[in-house]
Amino acid sequence: MREYWNPEMECMPAGELRELQGRSLRRLVERLYDFNRFYHDRMRAAGVLPSDIRSIDDASRLPFMYKEDLRENYPTKMFTVPNSEIVRFHASSGTSGKPTVVGYTKGDLEYWTEALARSLTSIGVGSDDVLQVSYGYGLFTGGLGLHYGAERVGASVVPSSTGNTERQLELMQDLDVTTIACTPSYMMHMNTVAKRMGMDIRRDTSLRKAILGAEPWTESMRRHIEESTGVRAYDIYGTSEQAGPMFSECAERDGIHVGGDIMMVEILDPATGERLEDGSEGEMAVTMLKKEAMPMVRFRVKDVASLMKGECACGRTSPRLSRITGRTDDMLIIRGINVFPSQIEYALMRMPEVGDQYMITVSRDGDLDHMTLQAEIRSEAFSDKVEDMVRIRSRIESELKKYLNLAVAVELKAPGELPRFEGKAKRVIDKRVY
Amino acid sequence: MAGEEEIITQLSIFVNNEPGRLAGVARTLKDAGVNMKACNLAESTEFGILRALVDDPEGAFEKIRAKGLIVKKTGLVGVRVEDSPGALFGAADVLGRAGINIEYGYAYSRGGVEAFLMRVDDPGKAVKALGGAGIPLVKSSEI
Repeated sequence: MREYWNPEMECMPAGELRELQGRSLRRLVERLYDFNRFYHDRMRAAGVLPSDIRSIDDASRLPFMYKEDLRENYPTKMFTVPNSEIVRFHASSGTSGKPTVVGYTKGDLEYWTEALARSLTSIGVGSDDVLQVSYGYGLFTGGLGLHYGAERVGASVVPSSTGNTERQLELMQDLDVTTIACTPSYMMHMNTVAKRMGMDIRRDTSLRKAILGAEPWTESMRRHIEESTGVRAYDIYGTSEQAGPMFSECAERDGIHVGGDIMMVEILDPATGERLEDGSEGEMAVTMLKKEAMPMVRFRVKDVASLMKGECACGRTSPRLSRITGRTDDMLIIRGINVFPSQIEYALMRMPEVGDQYMITVSRDGDLDHMTLQAEIRSEAFSDKVEDMVRIRSRIESELKKYLNLAVAVELKAPGELPRFEGKAKRVIDKRVY
Repeated sequence: MAGEEEIITQLSIFVNNEPGRLAGVARTLKDAGVNMKACNLAESTEFGILRALVDDPEGAFEKIRAKGLIVKKTGLVGVRVEDSPGALFGAADVLGRAGINIEYGYAYSRGGVEAFLMRVDDPGKAVKALGGAGIPLVKSSEI
């Protein structure tokens, strides 16, 4: 069993890493200035030239990028390479009707897979392991990302994707799966289903590790999962803009190791954009130092976290990220799927039967998240026949499913029934307890 | 229009299916001075539809709308059932043969009039078909 996947990068002295980051950043910015219209203009507006970036300390002179920039440049205007170099697309929820599309070159898939190979090795997953990937395969990055990372370290992959939990549990048992990658809530759901089937994950399977992410979770959820299933649970982080899930805790479970040669993390005061000291919580901005197809420079991820002080007992010198503790925007994560209230608004706006007012309630029924939307119907759409009203409701549900890729229960309300807001609307009630 | 007096105006009101909502609607109708002569409540899991026959449906419709409720007018056809056993079967049979669909219906009994009120997809056509078959119908003035 290897201790490190890439000891040169993972255990590089801090000073050397900063120098490497500085050189990578300079190269990245030179390329973007020459080949990326969007970032060229943004640098010009900020009065900064590639030659101003002499070390990593100069990063703070570079302008930020935001999710809205991706929307405005939808789908591929942000790309800095010719289409012939794109080898894959993934897509995630955008803030309105259009998703965020991420393109990958071979090089992009390479750094992504490398990052996961390091992460898997750091928690002791290698060629003796059977890894069940129960993240969604497809446009979502989780499934394919973990899949290639696991193959890279030589593990046997069970690409079971999401759904059909009973079959997943049978496979887990029959194929002697040792490690699973999924959302924490799906892990809890699997445990519930296993019990119903008269199966005990601890006693009846070889599952010993769980790599959990794609939605917020806490130490108390970790304890609950570990006590009820006997696995050791590890936190993994990454967003589609960065590539996908990439960086995880090591066996010490004392922060998420971020490959500093791949991603530079800054923690900012969300209001001023000023950089905060290590140990302080703030909004993350990430710069993807090896990214080719679609640049990410000081991208405001909107996740709230801190960088940890000191070095990890595992010997890796890489910067460590704390658990993600929240968001600075109104994005919801429901069953691992990102949902922006603005997407729901966009979908509703296109349906003549419903008015402007809506309320979203998110709750957890057992282990799974549920989203309910209350929408006011317009008088013109009202019918004296129940069947017609049920049809309107079903149509709203299927439209939302189409836009969000998520089942939403819809309740029709009479005009004036839902609360009106003066100033900032509060249309989301999240009843989930973490 | 032929058969117009056989078409009875019903008001339908959208009601959220929460405790106290029907009471709220009923209070609004009372405050607006709307007198219900017959009513029926259809329900789904999270909403209901209150269907009612009222005095002066046109005036009541405006009053209810002014109170901010969702209200809709619908024409019903009523088959008299008091003196004619088998009238309901006869009516359903005639409508079925004429290809007219019955959406829903409910009983009405008041002032010696006993009837089955039906919501059909084409009330004008239904009145003609039923009248032609000699099925006794209620006039809106009798309600």
